[in-house]
Amino acid sequence: MSKIGVFICHCGENISATVDVEKVAEEAAKFDGVEFATHYKYMCSDPGQTLIKNAIREKGLTGVVVGSCSPRMHEPTFRKACAEAGLNPYMCEMANLREHCSWVHEKSEETTEKAIVLIKMLVEKVKKNRSLNAIKVPITKKALVLGGGIAGIQAALDIANAGQQVILVEKDPSIGGHMSQLSETFPTLDCSQCILTPRMVEVAQHPNIKLYNYAELEKLEGFIGNFKATIRLKAKSVDYSICTGCGLCTTKCPSKKIPSEFNEGLGMRTAIYTPFPQAVPNKPVIDRENCNYYKKGVCKICQKVCPTGAIQYDLPDELITEDIGAIVIATGFNVLKTNFFPEYGYGKYPDVITGLQFERLASASGPTLGEIRRPSDGKIPQKIVFIACAGSRDQAKGIPYCSKICCMYTAKHAMLYQHKVHGGESYVFYMDIRAGGKNYEEFIRRAIEDDGVNYVRGRVARIYEKDGKYIVKGVDTLLGSKQIEIEADMVVLATAGVANAGAEELAQKMHVSYDAYHFFAEAHPKLKPVETNTAGIYLCGACQAPKDIPETVGMASGAAAKVIGLFSNDELTREPLIAVVNRCAPPVFSTCVGCFMCQTACPYNAIEREEIKSRNGEVIKTIAKVNPGLCQGCGTCVAFCRSKAIDIQGYSNEQMFAEVMAMLN
Amino acid sequence: MIKLGFYPGCSLTGSSSDYAESVLALAKAFDLELTEIPDWNCCGATAAHNMNKELALSLSARILALAEKQQMDEVVVPCAACYNRLSVTQYELNKDADLKKRICDIIGMPINGNLHILNVMQMIDKYITGRLEEKVTNPFTRKVACYYGCLLVRPHDILKFDRLEDPQSMDVLMEKVGAEPIDWAFKTECCGAGFSVSHTDAVAKLSGNIVKDAADRGAEAIIVACPMCQSNLDMRRAQINEYLKKKTDIPVIYITQAIGLAVGLSAKDVSLQKLFVPATFV
Amino acid sequence: MGNKPKAIQELQRQTGVNVSHCYQCGKCTAGCELADEMDYPPSLLMHMLQRGDESLMQQLLHSKTIWLCVSCQNCVTRCPMQIDIPQIMDYLREKSVRENKINPESRDIVAFHRAFLDSVKFTGRLYEIGLIAGYKMRTFHLIQDVAMAPKMYSRGKLPLMPELVKNRKHLSSIFFKTKNPKD
Repeated sequence: MSKIGVFICHCGENISATVDVEKVAEEAAKFDGVEFATHYKYMCSDPGQTLIKNAIREKGLTGVVVGSCSPRMHEPTFRKACAEAGLNPYMCEMANLREHCSWVHEKSEETTEKAIVLIKMLVEKVKKNRSLNAIKVPITKKALVLGGGIAGIQAALDIANAGQQVILVEKDPSIGGHMSQLSETFPTLDCSQCILTPRMVEVAQHPNIKLYNYAELEKLEGFIGNFKATIRLKAKSVDYSICTGCGLCTTKCPSKKIPSEFNEGLGMRTAIYTPFPQAVPNKPVIDRENCNYYKKGVCKICQKVCPTGAIQYDLPDELITEDIGAIVIATGFNVLKTNFFPEYGYGKYPDVITGLQFERLASASGPTLGEIRRPSDGKIPQKIVFIACAGSRDQAKGIPYCSKICCMYTAKHAMLYQHKVHGGESYVFYMDIRAGGKNYEEFIRRAIEDDGVNYVRGRVARIYEKDGKYIVKGVDTLLGSKQIEIEADMVVLATAGVANAGAEELAQKMHVSYDAYHFFAEAHPKLKPVETNTAGIYLCGACQAPKDIPETVGMASGAAAKVIGLFSNDELTREPLIAVVNRCAPPVFSTCVGCFMCQTACPYNAIEREEIKSRNGEVIKTIAKVNPGLCQGCGTCVAFCRSKAIDIQGYSNEQMFAEVMAMLN
Repeated sequence: MIKLGFYPGCSLTGSSSDYAESVLALAKAFDLELTEIPDWNCCGATAAHNMNKELALSLSARILALAEKQQMDEVVVPCAACYNRLSVTQYELNKDADLKKRICDIIGMPINGNLHILNVMQMIDKYITGRLEEKVTNPFTRKVACYYGCLLVRPHDILKFDRLEDPQSMDVLMEKVGAEPIDWAFKTECCGAGFSVSHTDAVAKLSGNIVKDAADRGAEAIIVACPMCQSNLDMRRAQINEYLKKKTDIPVIYITQAIGLAVGLSAKDVSLQKLFVPATFV
Repeated sequence: MGNKPKAIQELQRQTGVNVSHCYQCGKCTAGCELADEMDYPPSLLMHMLQRGDESLMQQLLHSKTIWLCVSCQNCVTRCPMQIDIPQIMDYLREKSVRENKINPESRDIVAFHRAFLDSVKFTGRLYEIGLIAGYKMRTFHLIQDVAMAPKMYSRGKLPLMPELVKNRKHLSSIFFKTKNPKD
């Protein structure tokens, strides 16, 4: 026997201005099974909730229907109120009289009629509701951070300092990421490596952080609190437990002409190498694709000179598995190379370089030891042109977005150039100046006012080389679109920030959403910037979108806070609105016939196989089973099931049918 | 004998008859039979689309319809401007059904819109390049600047031919016949187009810049695939020299002439004698 | 489109170009070979259209710019928003002729186009001698390039007789059906 309470909210005027709430309550009281019906101005307020609680206790209500706003707003509020009054929270449902009725119709009798029907539908549904209990899932208190740039480093340190275990996986031989390639950072002109390397060392020495360098995520299984990650430790050919990092091998290696990735192709490295002197771990790896031993079977000089015998060729890749509770993706981004631009030479001009390459020239540990020199002939450029928005904000090139950081780093580059080349002339071709951060605008003004950088508003149509100089054909739109031609010694393109190669594969491996540009998708653009739509996987840094260092660090700490919050409980509570395969008495056990269409259909890999065994251990039947930790209650399996063996708790077939029939009658 | 349709256009039958002659001579040397579209008309060139869009589309449409009527599948169009006009017209008509109906009504002929319109490089690449290297008897061992002009590679999404900036198809061909194509900066910059008569100063300046860059970089000849470009760079050399304030004698020859010479055709076969600026190296 | 001035809506209908896409980067002007002679370089022309002002539109119709443009496609090739400036130029040219607003300094260029089309209308294929004669009659540049003629003739580049299309009636009908009021 149902004893349902109906509570109609005025929602201030939001509902009552269009719907006759008093009439709705009156009509609801007449419904079969309704014990009590009333209306109130603000149901979600304290007095409103008290009204509900009192009614539950005094009338012995077995179910509650609140006719008010969207469940997305206040379902937790009303369910909590019911629980406090002793009614199972899942016996409480909301009828959306606001978004589905008063906000979309004009005031009329029909609108009130619709509201009455909506209440009727939910009343019929609640009659079929059953008490449900929240699901508890255990949590492994170990975090996996993918990516060892500043984002990954910050996140790892924050989680480790909170006393939790962290595994940091970095695909390059050293952590540090792009920040380690920078010379100085805006707006302070701090030396990038000076502020980064202490953190890198902290990561290496932290007792709670296990660092796997030269490693990548191979496979990911499981769900929030209970992931299983398979990590591929790529073969380094060097045994780190023996290697002391003396570096002798790198000085003796005969293959010295391999373009250095760390120096963006402007310098060379050897086949056995550490990417840069402050690398962490400061132990080398062998690049098998360029090593003479692996290519031709000769040499082996590094093994001969190694004082501790740490070189071990033919060590294969190793696959390890780790149990993980939460994952932070911090894989960063990349910038376009100059060969992307047909009008700037298809990358054939050695002195037309990217901003990142300029960083390496300006860096004291770079290929020119910090002097700005032309890659072609080593001369110091007396006239340099910086082109902003190279590729960004360019629909024709498929990159309509703004890369955010280029205005700032272009100003920085121009300033560094003026500081290093006294008497040099620099030009910046820009469209707009985006300097929204703290002290950013003042930084740009310094470049223009103190350092004499010439800012020209207009874009460059093309660059070509003549007699060792680069003819830059641009325009000054502020002079009425006047053509400007500059004979430059060097051109720096502020190329667009793009997702890393392999971002799509990684996202698919982890079942994380990504956008058309392969940047990973946050759960909500405003309110959930560090979460993804996949529970337990968090995001930070430029893998989500190009951003500067302060934002990256802030986001990394935010993601770390989410992980720490998750780990602060021993168990995870989940809503029980999930699918369940029915079970009944032997010999049937379940109406499930074991076709596993549901397993194929499930987007969350939440369906498992369960063997029903006799007492002897013989398998009688294999049926489907829903993993309560993974199931998101989407209902796809229910639609597929041919024997109606699977149903959603809280949204069962029976309940849905009751609602529809109530509406039609 | 491979049979292809052929649209010479007004330049090739008029002041650029040397281009037509060299195209036909080269085709003959490689067993290609080029059949003119019967009763073809002027495509309208620049004048038509500058003054009257419908007229421009209709003039080109008539040519497409005539070719289709002859059941031609591929039509070779050596003039870059005509190639551009015919390709763009076919594309626009295929894109907009209402427009196609309107234009077909005006010309009173139906159009399917599936002709393969080939420029001279595409013709060579498809039918000649495969046999080219074995037939080269007189390698064209000169440094050359290959000049594409503006209409061969643009608009890129319609023509889908070669690279947008710094195209390479002519360079590759010239290399195959023994030449040394140079890397230079004016491959696709306009020569001044139809301003030869009505605004000769513009041609002098634009074509002058092209000749200067090619000569400065040591080119011994400029290779072209468009009669308008050839005419501006060659016939207008007096005005170019006046603009550059110096005498330049770098000859401008057609790709078909260069390849023709390399496979053993004589200077007369490819009508080299019609040049204003003589090709003294032959 | 609804709140834009009628002239701009008409331009969008005819050319397919939405002028609000232009963010004034100037790359078109930077790469335009004729921009230094133009009164309104292409990026400035785009902004004048964006303003939607009738007097600015009139200035464009009266401009030298539209006749100096050679339709080389440099601009649209490099434009990050792929704005079809050559189409806009064609549209403004046709409108300028229709409304009789041709800039006096551009008369020679327009005269050439007219003489060209007259020649095609008459013979179906361009007759170069006819073209030059028609041009000279319209512009009175009677002795221009006179020295070229013997040089061209001696090299066989100047056919004396026109090539006639047989079905000239067909062509006349095409010219008639597409006639502009001002032709």
